[in-house]
Amino acid sequence: MKDFMLIFRLKDIADSKPSPEQMQERMNWLASIAAQNKLVDKGNTLLPTKEGARHISSDQIVSDGPYTELKEFLSGYIVIRTETIEEAVEIAKLNPLFKIGGSIEVREILKRD
Amino acid sequence: MISSTNPQDLIPNLFRDQYTKMTAVLCRHFGLEHIEIAEDIVSDTFLKASEVWALNGVPENPEGWLYTVAKNKTKDYFKHQNIFDQKVKGAITPDINEVNLPIELDQSLISDSQLGMIFAISDPIIPIESQVCLALQILCGFSVEEISNALLANKETIKKKLFRARNSLRESNFEIKELSISQITHRLPIVLKTLYLLFNEGYFSKSNNQVIRKELCYEAIRLAIILTDNKTTDTPEVNALLALMCYQSSRLDARIDMHGELVLFEQQHTEYWNTELIDRGNYYLVKATNQQETSKYHLEAAIAYWHTTVNKNDKWNHILDLYNQLLLVEYSPIIALNRTFAFAKVYGEKKGIIEAEKLALINSSYYFGLLGYLYTPIDKDRAIHFYKEALALTQSTTEKYLLNKRITELSSK
Repeated sequence: MKDFMLIFRLKDIADSKPSPEQMQERMNWLASIAAQNKLVDKGNTLLPTKEGARHISSDQIVSDGPYTELKEFLSGYIVIRTETIEEAVEIAKLNPLFKIGGSIEVREILKRD
Repeated sequence: MISSTNPQDLIPNLFRDQYTKMTAVLCRHFGLEHIEIAEDIVSDTFLKASEVWALNGVPENPEGWLYTVAKNKTKDYFKHQNIFDQKVKGAITPDINEVNLPIELDQSLISDSQLGMIFAISDPIIPIESQVCLALQILCGFSVEEISNALLANKETIKKKLFRARNSLRESNFEIKELSISQITHRLPIVLKTLYLLFNEGYFSKSNNQVIRKELCYEAIRLAIILTDNKTTDTPEVNALLALMCYQSSRLDARIDMHGELVLFEQQHTEYWNTELIDRGNYYLVKATNQQETSKYHLEAAIAYWHTTVNKNDKWNHILDLYNQLLLVEYSPIIALNRTFAFAKVYGEKKGIIEAEKLALINSSYYFGLLGYLYTPIDKDRAIHFYKEALALTQSTTEKYLLNKRITELSSK
């Protein structure tokens, strides 16, 4: 079994304030993974506000908000456990965020022994 | 409280009621490492009661009589012990044990002693199944036979579990005289888990004996109430657990059998629901939600609450939402199956089947039972097929009966 982090990105800040129906869909998706006993970490949702985000560049220049220069902004992550990356991708594909133009990055987590 | 004056009826009741309390009170004097001595004395006391009461009739205050006799027996024990220690061992022990032993009938002492016993049993070094056995024996006064009936386990297995658990109990230096706040908070989650399992053993018992099952449930409730009587242990979690137990118990009579609550629930006759217990449940749930705390017991109590309502708007939406949250707190196959059932209730059988098949719990009869249920309106043959799979996996006679009934119903359509 391998652990994969699913990293969510959204296009529009407005999308990070989901409607109750969208909330329900997200929750169903997450619980469905948990029901298969494949959820390792329910992760976190990242605050999309300017006050709650800073970007520090390589020369340590601090700027507000992570999304001014980016097309998409990071909105959250979870960690799941599956046999293969293909299986992780299939699970990710069912996430309702694709309906609103979001994207997901699937990354295997390095295990140090 | 006890109306019967026939010793043959009275003594078993008193035994159930007082055995644990008396043992708990005596344990304060003997220390837990000598729990057997306390139990022997209490058993002797009941033996004497059955002899004396049969001849002379039941005394006016039977409980008082029992405590007085137990107190005297304890004094005797210490006297003998002193003589033994002095004469045989030749040791010079100060004569402290013989002086007044404050074995009182004081209500606060009794409930504190019982509370102490609950915490003593919930020792992290004792495996959780053994804790349940121990709780049944020491806290609920069950015999080995009754425990093995209730848990549908072999008597020898139960004996071994009890033996090991008692050994660990003896080795741990837990004092039931003074429970420190930190000991209480440290052990409370284990205590709750033991009570939760005790209740579930009754509620989901494999035993068909309705009497045993009810008794297990009510014992768990009684012990949880002791926790709410004490300031330190009257936490939101305890109240949530108690609310859960009350709601569930309210359906004990309506359920007949409870192997697949998911399936059976719909066929229950609500007039058999015990409204008094539902009201108690509401009371404890309100008490539990005074503070900002959502434990798994809160979620389960809330689900049980929705189950006590009939056809309220959005009922299944709420239940699904709660199951979703519960799964994020803790995974268990049964929660996953129940969640999927609720999901199908909200989104229909077709989507439900997709969710159900993801679970792939191919060793569980409930899993195939759920698939059979979901396929029933869609594909009769597949439904029968899955019910047969479930049938092959279950040991329970009641479950077999229900599955066979479904198969027959489907075949005749």
